[in-house]
Amino acid sequence: MADIQIDIERCKGCGLCVLQCGHGCLKMSEDTNESGNTYAMINGSKDKCTGCGLCCQMCPDVAISICNEKTNTKKNKS
Amino acid sequence: MNFCRTESLIDTVTHYCPGCGHGIIHRLVAEVLDELGVREKTIATAPVGCAVLFYNYMKCDIIECAHGRSPAVATAIKRLLPENVVFTYQGDGDLAAIGMAETIHAANRGENITVIFVNNAIYGMTGGQMAPTTLLGQMSTTTEAGRGNNQEGPPIKVCELLSMLDGVTYLERVAVNDAKNVIKTKKAIRKGFLNQIEGRGFSMVEVLSMCPTDWKVSPLKAAEFVNIDMKSVFPLGVYKDEDGQ
Repeated sequence: MADIQIDIERCKGCGLCVLQCGHGCLKMSEDTNESGNTYAMINGSKDKCTGCGLCCQMCPDVAISICNEKTNTKKNKS
Repeated sequence: MNFCRTESLIDTVTHYCPGCGHGIIHRLVAEVLDELGVREKTIATAPVGCAVLFYNYMKCDIIECAHGRSPAVATAIKRLLPENVVFTYQGDGDLAAIGMAETIHAANRGENITVIFVNNAIYGMTGGQMAPTTLLGQMSTTTEAGRGNNQEGPPIKVCELLSMLDGVTYLERVAVNDAKNVIKTKKAIRKGFLNQIEGRGFSMVEVLSMCPTDWKVSPLKAAEFVNIDMKSVFPLGVYKDEDGQ
């Protein structure tokens, strides 16, 4: 399972990550962050996330990070 | 795979609008610098335009240039410091309008620099005026009825234009409208830098990018605009590759 982390204060709410996710793991929030933007959030549970990283590729604000469990957990900052 | 912010990209909030492609392209450039291990000897030039604050986001030396003069400044830096990696980061107003002369002559001289050209078909920072790359029929604050073929003329295709020059080594047009193209964009940027490191000469990577704010559409519609409208006028692909790979 992939550990996906979203920094909601960095998110500007563009929604490009939601568009890219082929597994429906992400959705936009209904409320806003401190900057007044809606933000991307996990849609349900993280179980559906395969850790493909396409959402990270599209995020203009580098607000999404992913750490797969198979790899060295020391690299996981979250 | 793991995905974390790369070291060359300063950990801060950018001033860019939601859905703007600059953030993606900044990240790609930073990742390439880190992967090639050249950050400590890289000198970039910042443009005038939305990316004018480029120096606030990258951990390498950056010189802010007068509008459009980046290729001339980069020429000077590279000639004085040939061991350093020098690249320009320019928008369509900076590179294809006021800086077109510098661009063409630097390319024609075959300066051993890398040019990252962000084409979003509009003047972003100044509020959405027509750029040289604005599409026919595209509305802007200075072409309220849409850009006209007889009035403003058709968009300038910079890759096609520069491909005729003997001095140019590498030209590729890519896009950042979806993840697949973002990955391709990184490969193109990497090749642009490798060409310079290996002394092959002038490389330019044109990146089709989104400007939802000045196009007055949502970020998702902006990505669609790049995919359908912009790509039909600015076809993606390699326009010149003297290395032949």
